[in-house]
Amino acid sequence: MPFLMAIAEYKWIKSGRRVYLDLAKAWSKGVAIFFATGAVSGTVLSFELGLLWPTFMEHAGPIFGMPFSWEGTAFFVEAIVLGLFLYGWDKLRPWVHWGTGLVVGISGVASGIFVVAANAWMNSPAGFDWINGQAINIDPVAAMFNDAWATQAIHMTLAAFVATGFAVAGLHAILLLNDRKNVFHRKALQIALTVGAVAAILQPISGDYSAKDVAERQPAKLAAMESHFKTEKSADLIIGGIPDEENEKVNYAIRIPGMLSFLAHGDFSAEVTGLDRIPEEEHPPVLVTHIAFQLMVAAGFAMMVVGLFYLYFYWRNRAMIFRRWFLWLVGVCTPLGFLAVEAGWTVTEVGRQPWIIYGIMKTEDAVSPMPGLQYTLYLIAALYLLLTALVSWLMYRQIITLADRYESANSIGNSE
Amino acid sequence: MNQQTQLGIRNEELRIYMLIETVIFFLGLSILFYVLFGGADFGAGVLELLSGEHEQKTTADAIGPVWEANHVWLILVVVILFMAFPKVYASLSIHLHIPLLIMLIGIVLRGTAFTFMHYDAIRDRSNIIYSRVFKISSVFTPLLLGVVAGAATLGRITPEPADYYEAFIAPWFNVFSFSVGLFTVTLFTFLSAVYLIGENRDPRQQATFTIFARRLNIAAVIIGSLVFFSAEFEGLPLLSHFAESWFAVGMVVVATLLLPAIWWALIYARVWWSRLFAAMQVVAILLAWFWVQHPVMVNRQEGFADLTFYNTAAPEATLTQLVWALIVGSCIILPFLFYLMKTFKGGRVSVK
Repeated sequence: MPFLMAIAEYKWIKSGRRVYLDLAKAWSKGVAIFFATGAVSGTVLSFELGLLWPTFMEHAGPIFGMPFSWEGTAFFVEAIVLGLFLYGWDKLRPWVHWGTGLVVGISGVASGIFVVAANAWMNSPAGFDWINGQAINIDPVAAMFNDAWATQAIHMTLAAFVATGFAVAGLHAILLLNDRKNVFHRKALQIALTVGAVAAILQPISGDYSAKDVAERQPAKLAAMESHFKTEKSADLIIGGIPDEENEKVNYAIRIPGMLSFLAHGDFSAEVTGLDRIPEEEHPPVLVTHIAFQLMVAAGFAMMVVGLFYLYFYWRNRAMIFRRWFLWLVGVCTPLGFLAVEAGWTVTEVGRQPWIIYGIMKTEDAVSPMPGLQYTLYLIAALYLLLTALVSWLMYRQIITLADRYESANSIGNSE
Repeated sequence: MNQQTQLGIRNEELRIYMLIETVIFFLGLSILFYVLFGGADFGAGVLELLSGEHEQKTTADAIGPVWEANHVWLILVVVILFMAFPKVYASLSIHLHIPLLIMLIGIVLRGTAFTFMHYDAIRDRSNIIYSRVFKISSVFTPLLLGVVAGAATLGRITPEPADYYEAFIAPWFNVFSFSVGLFTVTLFTFLSAVYLIGENRDPRQQATFTIFARRLNIAAVIIGSLVFFSAEFEGLPLLSHFAESWFAVGMVVVATLLLPAIWWALIYARVWWSRLFAAMQVVAILLAWFWVQHPVMVNRQEGFADLTFYNTAAPEATLTQLVWALIVGSCIILPFLFYLMKTFKGGRVSVK
């Protein structure tokens, strides 16, 4: 989102067209709302790690704390430059102001990458020896640059661009449906969708890397994602369907012969480990993981197709972008990116169960000994739900007043 | 053992010692900055509660640009704790689960309410709700922050509790912890009042904040002594702990000597002097507390070893990385922070 805002401001400085300034300002309001919410929920998170998982943190803190300390640095920079950006429109010179916006985006991506590196360590623990329930020979650098961090970080960073690009473009597309000549929304849609489309087209490549990586390191997770119960050569790719864990089969699914072997190991006849090779007590929940994975992939591909259409239109015939059916299609994509992100996190977290540190510590051993802990969990969940509801409400109120606050968002007298 | 290996061991010990000291320095600095800046933000909310509606805009203008930055210090404190002193982090989050949780709720409500006051595009009844939530959570969040600090000092935390009450309630639910909480709120509000005098152009409002600053200064002294009384009441000889350390006594003397200085600055409307003296007073109080506690981070019940900086420190490799991150991070952050303060906090002082 800060990048969208920075692109708009760049165009404003270059072209001097009022609509870009208005757009940058309108988007910066959105950034501010999301950042403030993110900042408080980030604070909650840093405490929550201890409140819910003290045993995990006691052992893991010194090992995977390093990305957190860098994340803190990046986040701090982000908070400072965002303050400069939001309140500095009249106090800073244009290029300096634009620079602060750019740094907001860069530090945001950096802090995201650091947090993902910490999560990747839980999937691919490194940088210590686990002896008799104690971590020794700790090497935080090796822990941070664990085997999973790069694939996970790239996948999540692209996902963030896809989700934001499509959500923003989608909202403006919906607004354009009633007001097709509005320059403000047209420009907004083009900037946001260009970013979203490029990221959406790159995402399957990164997804493929991630899948191969998971197949190598966490066969149980891959098996759960695919509902792959039996180890076999030239395994089928299962699309959709409802896994039946009791009878170890998948109902109502489409199967592509040999495709799973190809996707996981680059060879149509390769053997793919199934859940039968994993001890029963170490099976992740198949149903949730499978469905979440299918959702993520479906949403991702839908956005990729829309993105391809968009880039084609942009190149050949821009009027097509603002055809009713296409705007409608982009509008439908509004929630898809975030849906995919949430589903993806569900896959990686639920798919790792019963482990909190893969192969080292089980989740049940890491949880706080306090009785009544479920109420803490409910409370925090309720708090997050409240935050979500409030942010949506606030964004809604931002959107319905756009035309009053920005002249260029008013359709009258504004045709291209 | 020959001399060389002995020297090697001593060098290694020295290295670890230096690392721990550096981490303590940054931890202390983060707590200090959080109190000086974040604390004042909490205080601004309390002041709104005390003063009614019309000062609101000043508060919002003063906090707005620097608000996020002021609160990142707390995250830094937490990250340093769990990376460098994981046992302390685990112990606090188990036994002080309840006050920490309430404090978190306060942080969330307060942060969002503040943002929403600013970014709600429509001004209507919901603004009254945001404002009310903001004020109320501005009181109980620092209260519980103080309670947590008090609980870490008091020494009721035990690794082998007999029952639920002893494990999760007794460590913090006592007169001493709540006195520290109350003291924290008063101190934050006092700081905020002093800071806000200079943020105003309207002489009437300047006068209002000046009066608040004086009253809160008196309140801080009274509640400060209450902390000592309640410590004795709970069986913690805090006063004699202070008396044993020349440094702590010195800091208390400094804090006391600063009282007339603050009053002078307030009466003669020397904005920057009053800010400086007030901040110095808070620094003196924090340093005294730190010195009395040192090297203990969490006092535990008798019979169990207290958690200190040295017996809970993470392995050397972790500390080394943390120190690097802190030093390099500071080099990145401080110029930005300085620029932020210069842009928004410079030159708005115009009293009289």
